[in-house]
Amino acid sequence: MVELYILLGVMLAAALVASETKNLLAAAVALGLVGFSVAIMFILVQAPDLAIVQIVVETLTVVLFTAVILRTTEIDTTASGGLKMETAMFIAAFLAFGGLFLSLIIGVFRELPVFGQPLMRLATDYIQFGLERTGAANIVAAIILDFRGYDTLGEATVLFTAVVGVLTVMRFVTKKKPGGS
Amino acid sequence: MRGMSLIVQVMAGLLAGMLFLYGGYIILHGHLTPGGGFAGGVLVAAALILISLSFGSVEQVERRRYILSSVFESLGGVFFLALALAGYFAADIFFRNTGVFYLGKPLQLVSGGLIPLANIAIGMKVGAGLFAIFLALGASRFVMKE
Repeated sequence: MVELYILLGVMLAAALVASETKNLLAAAVALGLVGFSVAIMFILVQAPDLAIVQIVVETLTVVLFTAVILRTTEIDTTASGGLKMETAMFIAAFLAFGGLFLSLIIGVFRELPVFGQPLMRLATDYIQFGLERTGAANIVAAIILDFRGYDTLGEATVLFTAVVGVLTVMRFVTKKKPGGS
Repeated sequence: MRGMSLIVQVMAGLLAGMLFLYGGYIILHGHLTPGGGFAGGVLVAAALILISLSFGSVEQVERRRYILSSVFESLGGVFFLALALAGYFAADIFFRNTGVFYLGKPLQLVSGGLIPLANIAIGMKVGAGLFAIFLALGASRFVMKE
């Protein structure tokens, strides 16, 4: 478990570097470091399929960022130097709110089950009675279409809305042009 | 849109049927093996897009495909909602499975009651929806109007 905390520290440091450095190439590399740390974490908690996906996505992202940076500029010219009064106030407000939030949430974290405990309270029921109550051998299908069918209906609605939105917008574009059939 | 070269057309013709079949297989076996409506629907849409891109089409055909795909998309949604409402009217519970649909023996193709039917509905919806989006974004009747 200690490796996870080391990786978490690396990720935090890399994220800080990525957001603070003025060299955009270094920022892209630091961002890649965050992503690859997540991939290593996935491997350590025995999720190799997710790790493969994460590696592919992260490599693509870094390559894309690098391609864009090589074609444009390497130094971030928009960032302003020095600490302004406004920024300092924002940071102070953020720290105050963060401290309050942390102090409140510590009690909640005490109530949670131990990290990495294999079975959650709800999932135990699904796994135990999934086959017998739904007749579906694939437990994922049993959960998303039977126990959690309402969620899937919402997802289908989201897809429907997206399709309707695209079709509406594209129809609008064609209608505006004169002489169309 | 214009079609592509003969090599692409032959390969696409060989591949698209198998892609379509595999998409149907994934949808129908969603309750037995990993996969399901969404993954199978994406495969079906990929087969349709492959045919559309490689062979090209004229405006009339595209218009018909466009209407057909949006009709199928809506039909899938209505079918899914009807499955949920069937449980509601038969047993007063939205998405009721046991007692309303035939559960069958586990691990057989005809089993699981509502789940395979819902997978088919989602497969129709996703496949037709993605194809409709492709036609709306990439078909020539939108591009060649300039």
